This record gives sequence, C-alpha cells and structure tokens, in this order.
Amino acid sequence: MSKDDQILEEFTSKEYEHGWTVDIDSDQAPKGLNEDIIRFISAKKEEPQWLLDWRLDAFRVWSKMQEPHWANVTFPSINYQDIIYYSAPKQKVQSKSLDEVDPELLETFKKLGISLEEQKRLTGVAVDAVIDSVSVATTFKDKLGELGIIFCSFSEAVKEHPELVKKYLGSVVPVSDNYYAALNSAVFSDGSFCYIPKGVRCPMELSTYFRINAANTGQFERTLIVAEDNSYVSYLEGCTAPMRDENQLHAAVVEIYVKADAEVKYSTVQNWYPGDKNGKGGIYNLVTKRGICAGNNAKLSWTQVETGSAVTWKYPSCILKGDNSSGEFYSVAVTNNYQQADTGTKMIHIGRNTKSRIVSKGVSAGYSQNSYRGQVYVMKRATGARNFSQCDSLLMGNKCGAHTFPYIDIENKSSMVEHEATTSKIGEDQIFYCTQRGIDEESAVALIVNGYCKEVLNQLPMEFAVEAQKLLALTLEGSVG
Amino acid sequence: MLKINNLHASIEDKQILNGINLKVKPGEVHAIMGPNGSGKSTLASVLAGREDYEVTEGQADFQGEDLLEMSPEDRARAGVFLAFQYPVEIPGVSTINFMKTALNQVREFRGQETLDAVSFLTFMKEKMKLVEIDQSLLSRSLNEGFSGGEKKRNEIFQMAMLEPKLSILDETDSGLDIDALKIVANGVNKLKKKDNATIVVTHYQRLLDYIVPDYVHVLYNGRIVKSGTKELAQELEAKGYDWIKEEADATTA
Repeated sequence: MSKDDQILEEFTSKEYEHGWTVDIDSDQAPKGLNEDIIRFISAKKEEPQWLLDWRLDAFRVWSKMQEPHWANVTFPSINYQDIIYYSAPKQKVQSKSLDEVDPELLETFKKLGISLEEQKRLTGVAVDAVIDSVSVATTFKDKLGELGIIFCSFSEAVKEHPELVKKYLGSVVPVSDNYYAALNSAVFSDGSFCYIPKGVRCPMELSTYFRINAANTGQFERTLIVAEDNSYVSYLEGCTAPMRDENQLHAAVVEIYVKADAEVKYSTVQNWYPGDKNGKGGIYNLVTKRGICAGNNAKLSWTQVETGSAVTWKYPSCILKGDNSSGEFYSVAVTNNYQQADTGTKMIHIGRNTKSRIVSKGVSAGYSQNSYRGQVYVMKRATGARNFSQCDSLLMGNKCGAHTFPYIDIENKSSMVEHEATTSKIGEDQIFYCTQRGIDEESAVALIVNGYCKEVLNQLPMEFAVEAQKLLALTLEGSVG
Repeated sequence: MLKINNLHASIEDKQILNGINLKVKPGEVHAIMGPNGSGKSTLASVLAGREDYEVTEGQADFQGEDLLEMSPEDRARAGVFLAFQYPVEIPGVSTINFMKTALNQVREFRGQETLDAVSFLTFMKEKMKLVEIDQSLLSRSLNEGFSGGEKKRNEIFQMAMLEPKLSILDETDSGLDIDALKIVANGVNKLKKKDNATIVVTHYQRLLDYIVPDYVHVLYNGRIVKSGTKELAQELEAKGYDWIKEEADATTA
C-alpha cells in the first residue's frame, strides 16, 4: 500500500472510530468524505440497502486507488476532503430577478438566442408563474409512457424501477474502472435514467425535456441508458448555455447498454465555466463515458462538442461486443485562453466484423493545450474488424498546443485500421479573403472554424447544431487580432 | 472615385511601391500592366488592405474617404472588391454560405435590409445566370478542389453578388484557357455600369482583347512609368517590356 493510501485509510478509519456521525436532518453534509458521509447521502435519498452497499463498496475501492496523472493536463491536486459531497438542492441561492445576474452572462445568453424564460431558469432566478415547460414536460412524459419508455431522474428510477437499475448499474463502467468513476459511484448525486423497450423507436430527441428538467444535476452526475433489442433513441446531454457553477470538480459517469439491433445516439454540448482569461477558476471536468454494444448489429454513436471547462478529461468509448456492431465517435474540442483538454475515445473490438469510426477535430487558441487521446483495440476474436480514425488539429496563434496520442493494439490479422491526422493553422490568407468580402474578423474565424468542424456538427440534431455553431464562435471570441 | 497620390509601400522592409499616382473615375476601366516584380499585385493588395504590407508614404482617397485608414472589411463594405490571383480554399464552407454571410454584413453596413434565405437565393440565382456559373459549384467547399477556371469564375460571381464600386482584378487571366477567359471577361463586362470602375491588373495583353480598357498604365519598379490608351497595350504585346524599362531607367539615371 502506498503512503498516500495509508494516510487516507488511517484518516477515514479514524473518523469512523470516533463514532463521528452526520445529522440526518441537516441539508448539507460537512466537508470531507468517509463512509458516514456516504450513508448520509444514501439516507437522504432514501435509497435501498443494496445501493448503499454498492456505494460503500465503491468508496472502499476508491480509497485504495490513486489519482491518475497520465493525461496531458496539469492542475493543482484536488483535496477530496475539502469538498462538500451533499447539499440539498433547495439550498441554492436564488436571485430575485435577472437584474441581479452577471451582465456578462446575460450578454452571452443574448448572443446564443436563449429565451428569457430559459435564461431565468439557467441562472436560478425564481420564477413566479409555473414555467410553461412543466406542462410541456408532463405532455412529453405521457407520450413516452405510452410507448413504455422510461425517462426520469436517477433517484426516481431507483425508487420506481429498482430491478432495472440494479441490473445495469456498473455493468458498463465497473466501480473499479478508474479513480473518478469509483468516486462517482460512491457519491453520485443524481442524473438521468433512460430505458427504451424492445422494438420501440423513441419518437423525439430526448433533449427538450432534459434541458427543462435536469440542468442542475450537480457535480457527480450518473446517467444510465438501456436500449433493448431493436430499439432506437437519440439522447442529448447538457445545455448550450454557459452554466456557472461553484463546484470545481465534476466527475460524471455515463453508461449505455445497447442490445441487439438497437441504436443509441448520444450527443453532448458542454460549455461549463472555463475560467477567466488568465486561467483562474473554471471547472475540472473528469468524466467517464462508455457504452457497450452488447448484442449483434448494435450501434452506438457519440457526438461531443466540448468548449467549456478549465480541464477536460473525457473519453467516450464503445465496447463492440456483438458481431457486426458499430461504434462512432465525433468530437469537436475547442480550447482558448488557459484551457486544457485531453479527450478522445476507446474503440474496443471484440465481436466479428465490428466497425468503428473516429472523427476528432481539435481547435486550440490562446495559451491552451488540446490533446486527442484515442485507443483502437482489436481483440483476437474480432475477425474482419474495421476502424477509421481521423484526427485534425487547428491552431490559432502560436502560443497554444495541439497533441495527438493514438494507441492502436491489434490482435487479429484480418482487421483493417486506418489513421489519418492533420495539423493546420488558420491562415491569415483565409481571414483576409473573408474580410475582403466584407466579413469582420471574428465572424471570419467563426466561419472557418465551423467549416472545419462541419463533419462533426452535421451529426448533431438540427436545433442543437445551430446553437453549437454560435457557441464555437463565442468560445473563440477575441482569439484573433 | 479613387485618387492615389504618391503611394509608397513596403513588405518586410523591402520597398515595393515607390510613389504611385492614379485617378480612377466612375465608369472607367484601367489596366495596370508591367513586367514581373514591378509591384502590380502589391498595389492591388495595398488597396484592399492586406496587412502584410506597410504604407510608408502617400494617400489614397476612395469616394472622399481615407482608404488607407479603413479596415479591410470596411473597404469591402464601402465597395472595394479584389478578385484574387490565388483564391483561398476554406474547407467545409460553401460559397453560398460564405456569400450569405458576406452579403448580409455588407448590406447592413450600406444601410440595406439583410436578406433572408429565400430572397438571398432569388438574388443569387439572378447573379448566377449573369456570370454563367453552376449552382453545384457554389454548394461545394469554397475553392476546394476547384480548377483554375472554376476559381476565377467564382471570384467574378462573388463580385456580381457584392456589387462593388471599384473592382480590382488581380491577374484574373492567369491559369485560364481561352474559353474560360472569355466567360470571365464576359461576366466582368456585364457587371460594368456607369457608376462603377474596374482596375485590371495583368501581365499580358490577351485579357484586354475582351475587357477593353479606357486607360493603360505601365508599372515598373513600383512606379507608373507610362500611361496611355488601349493602343499602348497592343504596343507592349508587340514589343515586350524591355523598351519601357530602358526608357524608365534612362530617366531615373
């Protein structure tokens, strides 16, 4: 056992020894993490015993693990005992009107074309009249319910559908998978649960609903999506509006279970607070996202547009277990100022004739560092496996960095793996060509970057794509000239 | 419309333009000719506002405004158009999308209403006909994988769209076969109006058979050393540039 682990174990067991307990009626747990805190969280959420045991198990696993440092990012080490792991949502300080909200934030909303109602919701302004969205949400829920689709918060799923949660929780991302996943498993606050029954095609993008209901899921979010045989769902996570959040550490876990002939599309637009122009503040976004194509002909597609967070550590992956199953990863990662992103994917080919496709577009500006890290692993049994990877990097200015770390492991001779990579700079020639046609410099950069990312943006559902384009422009504002 | 007075410009401390004087009135076509390295393209770039060049002396007045003080985009919006010698590729951005962004920014600047998708397309179809360009070309990524002729036609199409006051065609004939040249020249001629002017920068007289200039200026060592009418271009075609160089060198010596 390493010294750190020893200290940690000593520390946690000592706390326990002293019989230190948390008042169940309080709305907030004290700082720090130990078994009692986990019991407190679980009790607060009125969870069944099996889930508490699962959490405690995860905590013990986590206690023995070490924070990983292999990613191409640097940030001061996190003091996990200095974090509050549970805080009741009602404690959230609400502003009375939009006048009290940071004007810079409102300006950003305006540029993104976010409606006033939604602005209020996003900034936590108390809304007197029940937002019309509540009724909208209910309508959606009824419609989905008729088809047998379950779409609710994770806590609700634990109460209403414990057998499903129990069956699939941790089935794709095991507790011991990595440090942050273990931490999440121990302390996850809430998240979303989605279940598509056999043969059902979800008639709508599960987005509007999500935007309305689960924007404030907090720091340790847990998402579980299960698609039964021959079903289909397109799921949109996140929100294109910038979320101000005091929590610095975010460690979410997303698990997707795709059965035979089913298809899941998962799209993310992430725009958390990236810190200021000097790199002060900002979110550490350390996420584990993984899906398994468990059955034959299953299909899983990840699309992500990452523009926020000070540090991003994220590798949405596909385990291609079923024969003829396929995985896709489309990514745009934009970093500006002092942002750092280490993101990519893992494609694990287990089944025969499995296919994967990776398209990664990195854009670095300012002093930022942007890394693509991806693994293609073709296992022995995966006869006829195919992969195509394309990793492009675009640099703006000469103080930023772009890095590519592709790992390719092949154990089957019949497989075909292709990797293409390019690095380019936004040319002054390109910008001048635009300005000579009357386009101002910022719009020119936005136009060029959007063109460069087009292949990925095309994967996003229509309304999301439009906002994502605006978001790219916003992120890169002030990065030229 | 355009008054250039004693214009000097350099790039990386290398002096290229050494005192250009030129007046262009509405409705006129001026040809700027000259041997390689005489400063023709530099003049075009400086007028359009390319930042690589530094204006070290002189003035340029465009419709009563100090052209050299304006940003490249404001020059474009005010009506200066440069048809590039080497049009730049912008992957993933179609000409249609590019033009829609440009036209609406230009229109906004000129106090005109911006066009929605439908009226933009109607307007575009009109201009497409005028310069004989196919819509399939305009849906592709801007200049990416275009042939030389396609690039130049696309430039003229953009010129038609933006309705400039002053168009500067920088070696638009380079890399064109005779058929493409005719189409491009035809487009330029159709766009000619009483209130706009054209500066044709070219090395060869060939293009001037199709775009007939009112004035021809010969540039050498960053100065206009000889001006005349279209006959001067023909004389240059027959005799080459050497006699101009000798004449000019004799005067300076």
